[in-house]
Amino acid sequence: MPDTTDVNDLRTIALVAGVLLLLSVVTGVGQFLKRHPDRGIDAAAVRTFNLRIRGWWVLCTVLAAAFWLGSTATVTLFGLVSFWALREFITLTPTRKGDHRALFWVFFLFTPLHYVLVGLNRYDIYSVFLPVYATLFVLARAAVAGDYKRFLERTAKIQAGLVVCVYCLSFAPALLALPVAAGVDGGRDANFRLLFFLILLVQFADCMQYVWSRVLGQRLVAAAVSSNRTWEGLLGSATSTALLASVLWWAAPPFEPWQAAIVGLVVAIMGFAGGMTMSAIKRDRGVKDYGTLVVGHGGVLDRITSAGYSRMANISGKAMPRPVRRNSISMRCWRARSTGCSTVVHAPSSAQRGSGCRK
Amino acid sequence: MLAPADMPAPPQDQPVSRSPVCRLTGLGLAGLARLLAGASVRWIASQPDTCQRVYFANHTSHLDALLIWASLPRVVRELTRPVAAKDYWSRGRVRRWLAEQVFDAILIDRTDIKVHQSPVDLMLREAGATRSLIVFPEGSRSVTGEVGEFKSGLYYLAKKRPDIELVPVHIDNLNRVLPRGEFLPVPLLSCISFGPPLWLERDEAKFDFLTRARRAVLSLKE
Repeated sequence: MPDTTDVNDLRTIALVAGVLLLLSVVTGVGQFLKRHPDRGIDAAAVRTFNLRIRGWWVLCTVLAAAFWLGSTATVTLFGLVSFWALREFITLTPTRKGDHRALFWVFFLFTPLHYVLVGLNRYDIYSVFLPVYATLFVLARAAVAGDYKRFLERTAKIQAGLVVCVYCLSFAPALLALPVAAGVDGGRDANFRLLFFLILLVQFADCMQYVWSRVLGQRLVAAAVSSNRTWEGLLGSATSTALLASVLWWAAPPFEPWQAAIVGLVVAIMGFAGGMTMSAIKRDRGVKDYGTLVVGHGGVLDRITSAGYSRMANISGKAMPRPVRRNSISMRCWRARSTGCSTVVHAPSSAQRGSGCRK
Repeated sequence: MLAPADMPAPPQDQPVSRSPVCRLTGLGLAGLARLLAGASVRWIASQPDTCQRVYFANHTSHLDALLIWASLPRVVRELTRPVAAKDYWSRGRVRRWLAEQVFDAILIDRTDIKVHQSPVDLMLREAGATRSLIVFPEGSRSVTGEVGEFKSGLYYLAKKRPDIELVPVHIDNLNRVLPRGEFLPVPLLSCISFGPPLWLERDEAKFDFLTRARRAVLSLKE
């Protein structure tokens, strides 16, 4: 029997090879459809499809580079993505001059500091840093600026931007520090694989949602909010994502196939929730695509929200009771609590100091 | 009134060869401004060109001139001089150095306007036969973000040099990046749109021309 490092390397190689193969195949299909416009497939749909594929190549390349450079690079990468997404979010949100100073600190202090805390793995601080301290600061700073017009509305918007663009998304690189995956087999590599596994599932769920809605879609979830998200699409995407996850269970170490399937299911539902939320915001602001404001730019926001929502779910999903592993270092006592559609994990503070129950 | 041929041969006819430090500072600031203001640049029914032009834009922020300047391709940027207020840009050594050496700006005294030394004459003399200008016909930064009425300078400029292309420019969202009275920027996304050039029509009245020019800027907003 090969030792764990070999198995680990094999898994990484298999995952990378699988992704490369899949991307090559879809790229081939996309190019074929582009060369043969007489197949009866909508040309605009083919163009969207090809753009999406190019996006995946970029995503995979950037992620691979960040993973190769290590966890600091990955946290930094996600930090930059958050920063950019927050820019787009606030740009579309009507703020007043009274919010200017509050926004300055949100961009240049709270967002970077939050990611520094994520990088330092200070879960006890970063889990409350944005939702509590940043919120209180924004409220107070806007009040001191002396503009009371639509006060709650304005501050709530900044708060929503912080939670969606920064807080939720930061839980993705936070997975890298999760001890349940590290130390099981292959240490850090396993964490990166887990993170990639989840990103893959989010992307897949998003596609499946589109495909199933096109094929079977009958009943729209909320016609006023989104014209292409149907119950059939959600069901189909949840089922296919769960299937894919259970097939790929070997890629993410702490999961058994049935657990992976549940993760897939949750990812699909959370991705759906994130997509609906973003559609509602877009409709409210009267923009169809976040990308339209910036010419030639796809819009980061469009891509990250479903990811952000799912990530929140994942971190709690991973914290769910799981068979105790032989040589896992410390199974921390995580307690998951659901709040609305995003799920927040609360860990006892003792666990943070490393005195969690050792098995 | 001066016809183009009567213009005294200006010493600034060719771009002054600036020191490497100024050049680098210029490049760095242009890059920084575009990054900070998340500027996307659009040329709507027009193209960047080295021919002599006057870019006129709505004025909402201190960053306006810098960002238009930074949005131009480097070859065009070398030929383009922002027109700025002397009372602001000549205060302090750094500001004066930036205005004079880096941006090669034309500083206009807003407080002391004389008949025989009108700002328009000064601008045209400094522009010579090759340099382009960046002007803000509203005169000062708008507080509300709305585009105010244009002052008549643009009209006299067009009348004295009917051969210069007048390019409308619309700056969107920059007033939120650095509003009036603030000195710390918030890195939101902004958009700079260049429109098709216009000229003063024959016998066009001052008011009509200024209305048309203002509308050209507003139409770029969409």
